[in-house]
Amino acid sequence: MQCPKCRAPMQTYNRNGVQIEQCSGCRGIFLDYGELETLTRLEAQWAQQAPPPPQGYPQQQAPGWGGGHHGGHGHYGRRKGGFSRMLFSS
Amino acid sequence: MRARLVDRLAELSRGAGEPAVLVDRPDVTVVRSGGTVLKAHAARLDPAALAARLRVAAHPLLAGILLAPLAGLTGPVDGRHVSSWPYGAAVAPDAPEAAPWREAGHLTARLHATPVGRLPGPLPAMAGPANAARAVTALRTLPAAPEPAPATAALVLRAWEHLPAWARDAEPRTQPRALLCHGDLHLGQLVRHPAAGGPWHLIDVDDLGVGEPAWDLARPAAGYATGLIPAADWAAFLAGYRDAGGPAVAPGDDLWPPEVDVPARAVTVQLAARALVDAATGVRALDDTDHDLLAACARIAAMGDATGDGTGSGGPS
Repeated sequence: MQCPKCRAPMQTYNRNGVQIEQCSGCRGIFLDYGELETLTRLEAQWAQQAPPPPQGYPQQQAPGWGGGHHGGHGHYGRRKGGFSRMLFSS
Repeated sequence: MRARLVDRLAELSRGAGEPAVLVDRPDVTVVRSGGTVLKAHAARLDPAALAARLRVAAHPLLAGILLAPLAGLTGPVDGRHVSSWPYGAAVAPDAPEAAPWREAGHLTARLHATPVGRLPGPLPAMAGPANAARAVTALRTLPAAPEPAPATAALVLRAWEHLPAWARDAEPRTQPRALLCHGDLHLGQLVRHPAAGGPWHLIDVDDLGVGEPAWDLARPAAGYATGLIPAADWAAFLAGYRDAGGPAVAPGDDLWPPEVDVPARAVTVQLAARALVDAATGVRALDDTDHDLLAACARIAAMGDATGDGTGSGGPS
């Protein structure tokens, strides 16, 4: 199935027994008749039985593999050559 | 051969002003004369794909995003396809504080938002993963172990093997998404046009095509991750991208969206592989930034398969 908005392929996911179609391009979501109501009901049930607000996904500020000295360094003092690596094709 | 190509380009453009060579690499030659720039594209590019990419650059949907080519003065010169462009002013290499990171993010987001279905097709695949794979192949096929770091080369290759297939241009070649991407986005791909204070545009469509848009965020992301550029510059690029509704990452204010992780790893490996090949073939010696990239590759190799990105592991089922 193709997205009616941007024509990228749609992928079908199952969320708590509800089929939703998401566009792999623009990420738009399409719901069939009644699915929005089902999702709303599930969300309400979930909110009632989960008093502490969910943490969700912890936000990451830098990858573990990078090794960069993040924070504090607002200039190019440490690595003069770093900027030029942002300017040329590899 | 290359000297002859430069001469031929200079000859072609002479009417426009005194010729100046802007780029002269083994694969690409660019000559400027006054307000006209002639580019001889890499011989390895597929002619049909290049023609499709040039049509996209000329399309009205990309006005104000991609610099549009000039009509005429295109065709083969010494077996290389030559295209013609208006001159634009590039980012100053000696003034990193003035670099247009936010504008780069903004333009990238607008490029990604282009409705692919309304462009003249068929469009080739965005060539970022293929170019990274070519750099790694060059490292793997060096006749001798790269000095001064034979063990380091093995780590770079191992870091590469931990990437998902799409990021290595391996089978299946389908990238997670199919949006219009630049394919080789870095700050050298922005020019002001008109040159005197005009708006910024993206240039160089040689790797443009449909694919995973997060790839276009990979170079600045890798620069931030490995400490080559300040966090503030990456933050400005990412904020510019998000403010313009860029689809590669989810909205938010986190500095490391999961979508950029795999492309940033791949580009880090690509840059490190190229540096080792250049060092081994006498093009240039390894410098401090290369050692930062190589150290990052060692950590990527040690971390194992990259899967926590939401794009590299096949998505939800």
